[in-house]
Amino acid sequence: MSTIAADARLATRASSRARSSERLRRYLRNLGTLVLSAVIVVWTLVPIYNMVLISLEPEGDVFTDHIWPRVPSVESFWGVLTQGHWYLEHFWRQFANSLYIGLMVTFFALLFGTLTSFAIGRMRIRHGWLVSNAALLTYVIPASFLAIPFYRIMQNYGLANNPWSVIAALVAFATPYAIFVFQEYGRSIPIEVDESARIDGASPPQIYLRIYLPLMAPALVAVGTYALLLAWNEYLYQFLLLSSKSSMTVPVALAQFLSSDQSPWNYMMATAIIYAAPPVAIYYAFRGRMTAGLTMGGVKG
Amino acid sequence: MNGTSVVDISRPAIRRRTLSRSLRGGLKGGEYTWAVAFVVPYIAVFLTFVAYPVVYGLWMGSEASLYRELFADPIYQSTVVNTILYLALGVNVKMFLALLLSGFFMRPGWWMKALLLIFILPWAVPQISTFISIHWMLNGEWGFLNNVLYVLFHIEGPSWLNDRWSALAAVIVSHIWKWTPFWTLILLAGRMAIPLEISDSAKVDGATGMRGFVHITFPLLANLYLICTLLSTIFLLGDFNAVNFVSGGGPANQGHVLATLGIRNAFEIAQPRLGVAAVMSALPLVIPLVIVLMRKLRTSEVQI
Repeated sequence: MSTIAADARLATRASSRARSSERLRRYLRNLGTLVLSAVIVVWTLVPIYNMVLISLEPEGDVFTDHIWPRVPSVESFWGVLTQGHWYLEHFWRQFANSLYIGLMVTFFALLFGTLTSFAIGRMRIRHGWLVSNAALLTYVIPASFLAIPFYRIMQNYGLANNPWSVIAALVAFATPYAIFVFQEYGRSIPIEVDESARIDGASPPQIYLRIYLPLMAPALVAVGTYALLLAWNEYLYQFLLLSSKSSMTVPVALAQFLSSDQSPWNYMMATAIIYAAPPVAIYYAFRGRMTAGLTMGGVKG
Repeated sequence: MNGTSVVDISRPAIRRRTLSRSLRGGLKGGEYTWAVAFVVPYIAVFLTFVAYPVVYGLWMGSEASLYRELFADPIYQSTVVNTILYLALGVNVKMFLALLLSGFFMRPGWWMKALLLIFILPWAVPQISTFISIHWMLNGEWGFLNNVLYVLFHIEGPSWLNDRWSALAAVIVSHIWKWTPFWTLILLAGRMAIPLEISDSAKVDGATGMRGFVHITFPLLANLYLICTLLSTIFLLGDFNAVNFVSGGGPANQGHVLATLGIRNAFEIAQPRLGVAAVMSALPLVIPLVIVLMRKLRTSEVQI
C-alpha cells in the first residue's frame, strides 16, 4: 500500500520535472523561432523598404542620409501616373505594351501548350516523345544564351521594334513548361472520358474544346499565371528587340533611367513599385494555384 | 496493344492493319491528321525560334580564331573566375538555405503561415525593380546600407560597387535574396509530399530532430534536392539581370559573368561573334548538365 503511494509520489515528481524541462525546451524553441522570424522579416524587407523609402522622398531629398522618409510625399507616384517627368512621357504607352505582350504570350503559350499536350498525351500521337524532348531541351537551355543569334535573325526579318518578335521569343520559352504541366495534369483525367466521347462520334476538335479544356481549367489558370508573369518580368529580349520609346516596355524604360547620369531616383522607385504591383497582386491572389502549378504532378522524387 | 479487338481476320490483314496503325500511333486516318495539325504549331515555334537560333549561334561561334582572341582577353579571364564563384556560392548557399528554411516552415501555426507570406515577397516582386533598388541601396554616398551603418554605428561604409570582390559579393547575395524563397517553396512541397506514416513511424522508432533528418527526410528529398541544384545551376548560368542591374558588370568590366559578357561583346563593342563565343565557351558545362537534367526530369516526374 505505502510502496504504491511512494511510487505514485515519485512518478508525479519525475513527471513534473519532465514537464518543466519540456516547458524550458518549448520556451527556447519559441525564442529561436522568434529570432529567426525577425531575421527573415528584416532580410526580406530591406530592399523593398528601400524602394518605398526613396519613392516617398521629394525630389531633392534623395541625396541625404536619413533612413526613414523625413517628409513623405506621393509626388513621385503622381508624377509617374500623370506622366509628369520628361523621362516618363510614354509611361502608359509602355505599360500597355507590357500588358499586350503579356496577354499575347499567355494566350499562345496556353493554345500551343494545350494542343500539343492533347495530341501527345490524349491522342497518343506516334513519336510524341520527340516533341516532349524538344520541349524539355528548350526548358533547360538558358534563354539569354540564345539572345544574340535571335536578335540577328529578327533583324534579318525586319522585326526590330516589333512587339511580335518579343512575343515569339517568350512563347517559345514559356510553352515547354506549359506542355509539362498539362501532360502531367492530364494524367489525372481518365482516358476513358475521351474514348467514350469518341465512340459517341465526337471529333478530335470537339473532344479538345468540350471535354479536354474544361477539365484542364485548374492547370490552365496555373500556367496562364506563369506565362503572364514570365512575360511581364522578362527584360533581356525586350531590351534588345524594343528600342524606340513608344514600342518599349516598362522594364526597358526603367532600365534606361539607370544608365543616365541624372537618374531621378524617386521617380524610378515609384515606377518600379507601380510596375511591381500587378505581379505581386497576382502572386498573392493565385498563390495556391501557383505553387500547385510549380509542383503539379507531385514532387515524387 | 494494337490488334486486341481483331479476332477473326486473316493474318496478312492483321499485319497490314497493325503496320498502318502503328505508323499513326493507333489513330484512324482523320484523327491522325488532326493530331498532326495539333502538334504542328508548337513544332513550328520550336524550329523557328529555338532550333534555328541554336544552329545560327553555333555557326556564328564556329571559328577557332574567335576563341584565341577571347581567351587572351583579360576581361574574359576575370569573367570566368566570376562565373565559377557565382555558380559555386550562388547555387549552393541558396539551396542549402532553402533546405533549412523549408524545414523551418514545416512548423505548425498561423505565425508560420504569415511569415511565409512575407518570405515569398522577393520572389513575387519583379527582378528589375528589386535589383535596381539594391543597386541604389549599395551606393557609397547616398545608399541606404551606408546610411544605416552611419546612423547606427557611425561607420563610413565603403562604396560597395567600386570594388571587384564586394561588387561580386553583392550580386551573389542579391541572387540568394531573390531566389531562396522559390526553392524553399519547392523543397517545402517536397517535404509535404513525404507520407505522414513514414515520419510518424520514424518518430516512434526514435528518429527525431537531426537523426530523423539524416536518416529519413534527407534520403527522401535527396533526388529532388539534386534536381533543384542542377536546374538552379543552369538557370544561374543564364542569369543576366542580377549582374546587369546590381553591379552592371563593373567596376571597369571586372564583374561580368558569361551571360552579361556575351551581351556586352555583342552590343557594346559590336562584336556579335565574340559575344556568341563567350557564351559558347560555357558549352562544356552546359552540355553535360543538359543531358543529366533531361534524363532526371524525364524519369523521375519531378516538375518545376
